[in-house]
Amino acid sequence: MSMIWIIVGMAIVTYIPRVLPLTVLEGKELPPFLQGVLKNIPYAVLGALIFPGILLIQPENILFGVIGAAAAFILAAIGADVMLVVLGSIVVLSVYMLIG
Amino acid sequence: MQMSAVAESKAGFKEGLRAGISIAVGYLPVALTFGLLAKTTGLTVIEAVLMSVLVFAGAAQYISLSLIAGGAGAAIIIFNTFIVNIRHFLMSASLNEKMEPETRMKKAVYAFGLTDETFTVIATKEGKSTTGFAFGVMLIAYGSWVINTGIGHLIGASLPSFLQQAMSIALYAMFIGLLVPSAKKDLKVVYLAGLAAALNSLFVLTGLLNTGWAIAAASLLSAVVVEAAGRLRKGAGLL
Repeated sequence: MSMIWIIVGMAIVTYIPRVLPLTVLEGKELPPFLQGVLKNIPYAVLGALIFPGILLIQPENILFGVIGAAAAFILAAIGADVMLVVLGSIVVLSVYMLIG
Repeated sequence: MQMSAVAESKAGFKEGLRAGISIAVGYLPVALTFGLLAKTTGLTVIEAVLMSVLVFAGAAQYISLSLIAGGAGAAIIIFNTFIVNIRHFLMSASLNEKMEPETRMKKAVYAFGLTDETFTVIATKEGKSTTGFAFGVMLIAYGSWVINTGIGHLIGASLPSFLQQAMSIALYAMFIGLLVPSAKKDLKVVYLAGLAAALNSLFVLTGLLNTGWAIAAASLLSAVVVEAAGRLRKGAGLL
């Protein structure tokens, strides 16, 4: 029973930061500078989500992350669509794991 | 008029489902592993799946397992969950600028589906994102997360080890696949992502901030600095 309450508590505190800005700010016009900052956030978040995490997927083997990152960057740079970037990187790392 | 709005929203939903497939693939190994770890931590399959159903937050769920295993109390576990997920506050505010106007009720429903991954897919879409698109992206991501948690608990490490390891690149590869096309079009994206990546690396590698705070702080600082620099250069002033 107590595990259920821990889960319910976790659910509530996770939902609050997700729901508040989207509902409270609906229909509100923010100052232009703040609007600009919020529009920048997605690209900044992507940078922070990728580094350094991608290099540390296998902390004991940095090469794993480096190869995965290189494969994804190259595929994306030549214009592959997101799904192909994902599948291609998995294939490259599968080969590396099998022969490495 | 009403009819075309409904048709448009349905198309948005399907488009969202398609755009969310890469998240579903990326969640597969993460959710399988969560289910497996939950089992070894002593959670029943119902508890493990219920956590994925109600919380839907990978990092927080993983941390809760290590706290449960360490014998931490409910208050500590819930407080940690809150701290780890505070970063979504920033993403929710940012998403609000991106989404089409909508009733608070519908926004309150799709706000539940906001994760790092659904946020990045919805927020980097060109133009305004529709409510239908958000629902599509979130539904397929959520389905993958919940179902694969259950499968992970029931059959454990069912995938061969090399494939499980290789698949751990999936979510990062998706982030790169979303970032690079935008970076090719606009140099500002390179500055934003590069500065945030550098700051996040600094915070994480020095142990200054834990992951949840580091991502939020690095993203906010980068977004503010790049915006301020851009406006000063254009002579637009800060306000």
